[in-house]
Amino acid sequence: MTQNFEPKILGIFCNWCSYTGADLAGTSRMKYAPNMRIVRVMCSGRVDPQFILKAYKEGADGVLVAGCHPGDCHYIEGNFKTIGRMQILEKMLAQFGIEKERFRLEWISAAEGDRVMHVVNEMTTQVKKLGPLNWKEVSRSKDIGHCEEPKATKQSPLNK
Amino acid sequence: MTQKLKVGIYWAASCGGCEIATLEIAENILKFIEVADLVLCPCIADFKYDDVRAYPDGYIDVCFFNGGIRNSEAKEIAELLRKKSKTLVAFGACANWGGIPALANLYTKDAMIERSYITTESNDNPQGTLPQTSYKMPEGELHLPKLFDSVHKLDDVVDVDYYVPGCPPVAKQIWSCIEAIAAGKLPPKGSVIGVGDKSVCDECPFEKKTEGVRISKFKRPHLEKPDLTKKAELNNKPQCLLEQGFVCMGSATRSGCEAQCLKANMPCRGCYGPAEGVEDQGAKIASAIGSLVDSQGNSERSAEIVAQIVDPVGTFYRFGMGNSMLRVKKL
Amino acid sequence: MTNPRIGVYVCHCGTNIAGKVKVTDVVEHAKKQPNVVLAKEYKFMCSEPGQAMIVEDIKKEKLDRIIVAACSPLMHEKTFRKALEKAGINKYLFQMANIREHCSWVHEDGAAATEKAKALVTGAIYRAQYVEALNDREAPMNPATLIVGGGIAGIQAALDIADSGRQVYLVEKEPSIGGHMAQFDKTFPTLDCAACILTPKMVSIGQHPNITLLSYSEVEKIDGYVGNFKVGVRMKARYVDPKKCNGCGDCWQKCPAWRVEKPKGDKKVVHNALTLGPTKAIYMPTLQSVPNVPVIDKKSCIYFKNGKCKICVKACQKDAINHEMTDVVMDIDVGNIIVTTGFKTFDVSKMPQYGYGKLPNVISSIEFERMNCSSGATGGQVLCQNGEAPKSIAILHCIGSRDKEHHEYCSRVCCMYALKFAHLVKEKTGAQVYDFYIDMRAAGKGYEEFYNRLLEEGVRFIRGKAASVTDYAVFPEEEGKLIVRCEDTLVGKVRRIPVDMVVLCSALEANADAPEFARLLKLCQGKEGWFTEKHPKLAPVSTASDGIYIAGCCQGPKDIPDTVAQASAAAAQVLTAIAKGKVQIEGVGAEIIEEKCTGCKICNDMCPYKAIEFDAVKHKSKVNDALCKACGTCVAACPCGAIKAKHFTDEQIMHEIEGVLYDAKL
Ligand SMILES: Cc1cc2nc3c(=O)[nH]c(=O)nc-3n(C[C@H](O)[C@H](O)[C@H](O)COP(=O)(O)OP(=O)(O)OC[C@H]3O[C@@H](n4cnc5c(N)ncnc54)[C@H](O)[C@@H]3O)c2cc1C
Ligand code: SF4
Ligand code: SF4
Ligand code: SF4
Ligand code: FES
Repeated sequence: MTQNFEPKILGIFCNWCSYTGADLAGTSRMKYAPNMRIVRVMCSGRVDPQFILKAYKEGADGVLVAGCHPGDCHYIEGNFKTIGRMQILEKMLAQFGIEKERFRLEWISAAEGDRVMHVVNEMTTQVKKLGPLNWKEVSRSKDIGHCEEPKATKQSPLNK
Repeated sequence: MTQKLKVGIYWAASCGGCEIATLEIAENILKFIEVADLVLCPCIADFKYDDVRAYPDGYIDVCFFNGGIRNSEAKEIAELLRKKSKTLVAFGACANWGGIPALANLYTKDAMIERSYITTESNDNPQGTLPQTSYKMPEGELHLPKLFDSVHKLDDVVDVDYYVPGCPPVAKQIWSCIEAIAAGKLPPKGSVIGVGDKSVCDECPFEKKTEGVRISKFKRPHLEKPDLTKKAELNNKPQCLLEQGFVCMGSATRSGCEAQCLKANMPCRGCYGPAEGVEDQGAKIASAIGSLVDSQGNSERSAEIVAQIVDPVGTFYRFGMGNSMLRVKKL
Repeated sequence: MTNPRIGVYVCHCGTNIAGKVKVTDVVEHAKKQPNVVLAKEYKFMCSEPGQAMIVEDIKKEKLDRIIVAACSPLMHEKTFRKALEKAGINKYLFQMANIREHCSWVHEDGAAATEKAKALVTGAIYRAQYVEALNDREAPMNPATLIVGGGIAGIQAALDIADSGRQVYLVEKEPSIGGHMAQFDKTFPTLDCAACILTPKMVSIGQHPNITLLSYSEVEKIDGYVGNFKVGVRMKARYVDPKKCNGCGDCWQKCPAWRVEKPKGDKKVVHNALTLGPTKAIYMPTLQSVPNVPVIDKKSCIYFKNGKCKICVKACQKDAINHEMTDVVMDIDVGNIIVTTGFKTFDVSKMPQYGYGKLPNVISSIEFERMNCSSGATGGQVLCQNGEAPKSIAILHCIGSRDKEHHEYCSRVCCMYALKFAHLVKEKTGAQVYDFYIDMRAAGKGYEEFYNRLLEEGVRFIRGKAASVTDYAVFPEEEGKLIVRCEDTLVGKVRRIPVDMVVLCSALEANADAPEFARLLKLCQGKEGWFTEKHPKLAPVSTASDGIYIAGCCQGPKDIPDTVAQASAAAAQVLTAIAKGKVQIEGVGAEIIEEKCTGCKICNDMCPYKAIEFDAVKHKSKVNDALCKACGTCVAACPCGAIKAKHFTDEQIMHEIEGVLYDAKL
């Protein structure tokens, strides 16, 4: 299964730097893994943590948010706000048991087509290793009431 | 004289607080008795499930259902009550979004059972006996309800007509709902009732400054006291707790509670749920608070500040776990 | 509400897309998506017939949402939006799926690229269900223009615009305009005298009624947007009032302090003596300076050191000198900005193998230019440091260029100016010239011919990059000389060539303050630091920021003809914009839904443009359209979901996410 598993990664890229950077990777004919699909927003400051949760819920195996380097945001400080939000989100994702390789915030400038290539390739390899996330399965929302008999656990004296 | 309303009140995975809150309508209880008959309320009287099964379909006019769906019993009764009730109301945070019990969705069922029956400090269970769903004894086989893998909200299992949020809903709002029902003045099906149309900030005795406030240190309300001498420029009210660094859910929480917690100088915990149209209350408050972190564009600086938020999931989804986009922890 | 009627068009882009992506499969897939009325493919959607097809279908099939799966929206969104307008529907009902730059061009595997293209198209279709018609706004276009940088690029652009009758503010950070060109003697390949062609233009700048020259000034702040920029310019104190001064020179003749001291011994010269050679504390940058007004160098002026002197004040008959002058910040309003900040030369001491700074008579190209210039330190003579004419000179190409350690790019002008140097040396001294080159790059009009001419003039060309310069003599004839070591790749052997003087052809590189400047103006910098144009071929002087243009060497190394051509191009762009008289402001932006806003004020402080105001009476926030630039930061921050990002609503983005992941759930 994991062997020929092709992860689906959502990219949310800011228009001015990162999206342009991804365009540059294209015009320079750099080759990278076909696993990421980019959704464009005007600034990484537009990225609402709900978008990322939504992506996992919809079946994404990983999410990459990309914006201009701090200080280079087209709207001055949009990405300053992205930092705090995404860091809180990262903590939350860890609590939800989502491996940290499945989420990435990257600064990619309009000149860094090669960075798009490297980051996507690296992330694809990492997520491939982790295997599918498959949140549908995880959240078990289809078969409500799924349950198994409680098992005696390691610490349980029953096992002694 | 018109017929009296037949009212049911049921508890599933809940604490009983909703029933207590209902009693807080105080002298209105007399008016309530005038217009309504209780046909089910396990909290205060002995109604058998078989009695309910015997009711014709749609017999109950309004059923207030509190508590989430944690086990097979709750699911079965929810389905039963749906059939027997004309109007089914998800009452209180647990029925709406799983409430506090749904925080258990961050753990496996096994881990929970182990904690409850084995490792809890006050336990006395040398045999390590665990609850089983069936038990054979000479008189025959006994069945207990099955515990589900995760906690669900009521509308995961049945169709719900109205939602009354709150942990618990405040008495004034409960009474306004009862009045509306009695008068037959209800909004379209699916509405949230007994709430305000803004967020808690609207009713809050604190106020924000307008400019330049960023959070560089998060505080916890049981360790630090809010500074009431700091005033907001706008109207000289004490400065917003969030701005002071306390994680306050007020801005991302529907109004209706009259900001009771805030009036006691406690930050809002979010029990009235997300504002209209917001899907994920936890993610939204994370977005708002994250935006206020004084990052200055520096990831390391920001990470140090963010690290001071203890247990963000437990804080932001204290009541809303069962309604969150992710809903459970991946195991 | 009726269902939307969506038309999907998938472009082959010749073989650019169709060579990798199975376009027909994508079309078939699109047809099955909700509310898609038709899906078609075509060779070139951006062509006339491609657009005509869209227009026709909109009319015939009553389409009200158009999706084009083709190149990047940054490339052709505008083109297709125009087609929608032509067909009579709102241009915002359009969505592009980028299946070229983000797909066919970057993936090896055709099948995977096709799957990805389907997903991207699905995202566009899901999103399109929720897009709304929006109305653009119009704002007046301020007809004044700001030009930053007074080199030949800035001068040319300023004159072009000013001659059309429009107001220009030209900001130059040095005391005089002219840039690099003003420091040259001759210019390749025609060998015109730089001063002869530049000085008249510089003078016109100073005299033009439509040009306000702000020399010795820097841009400090920029607010606003195309059509209405508000710029703060800091005019540094030069301690001489340009209105009173007539450039007579009485002051610097009397000034007792030296900014660059005259060397002892009458014949000796200083090679690296800045532009003018030895100068006093109050000095004129060059003899052709515009404005023709001196400035006081605070560091060397005696008055600024110990509060006494002011000899110049007494010398000045026009009472123009004032040591108490302070910086003045001036606010100007302009509609467009042209950036012509040029370049700087690579610091050749970063390559110690060539001995610059340690060995006498190893000089940089710019110093050599100054030496040749009749207004320079030696009055135009080529001289060694001891004041004697060299008998042999080595010219070393590609110092800092075509070198992965420094700059990978070719600086484009060094081969040619090296030839120019060789010619000047021959002409002025008759010395033997050795020219060390990697390749001779002479790709310009008249350039190859210039090279051939130099071959005839007897310059010795040695093919091979010089390895080092040393004064360590091995052979007797090397004694007292500089020895250039190099592998002559044509003969295939290592050579040592003794010379009297070495000229290092240093690379052109981005200005040191380019990053800060880029931030200030929201320009993009490429890897090598040059400012990035909107499109390398089709929009070479525009930038990603509307109303801001670039020209000359700030965009990349180039010669004077190309610089001037770009400057005129930028001027033409600006004049076109001014002629329109109005700026279209996109209908996008944030809008606060009043009923939903709870007045929590979280958004107020999010906006970098202070576009959100708080209405204390209503206890609600409100966005000022004129200031909002549509970043969406406030939208994501609002905990109530009360702010709508027009054209980037939660609904639209969430559904696009669902669409691009449509196959993840399968
Ligand atoms: C040694 C040498 C010899 C050359 N010889 C020739 C030749 O013979 N023929 C030829 O065609 N080309 C030649 N060139 C190339 C030529 O110099 C350039 O093409 C030309 O100077 C580019 O003009 P520019 O206006 O873009 O930049 P510059 O000449 O660099 O002018 C930029 C101006 O902007 C000002 N400025 C910079 N930053 C700011 C700021 N932040 N605020 C305000 N002002 C600022 C600078 O002070 C300067 O005045 C030569 C180059 C070199 C290095
Ligand atoms: S965030 Fe909390 S403390 Fe601040 S105004 Fe809102 S409810 Fe009040
Ligand atoms: S953040 Fe939202 S709710 Fe709060 S003031 Fe701004 S628009 Fe209103
Ligand atoms: S979208 Fe950006 S620019 Fe517009 S009001 Fe919001 S924060 Fe300000
Ligand atoms: S525009 Fe790229 S992060 Fe703001």
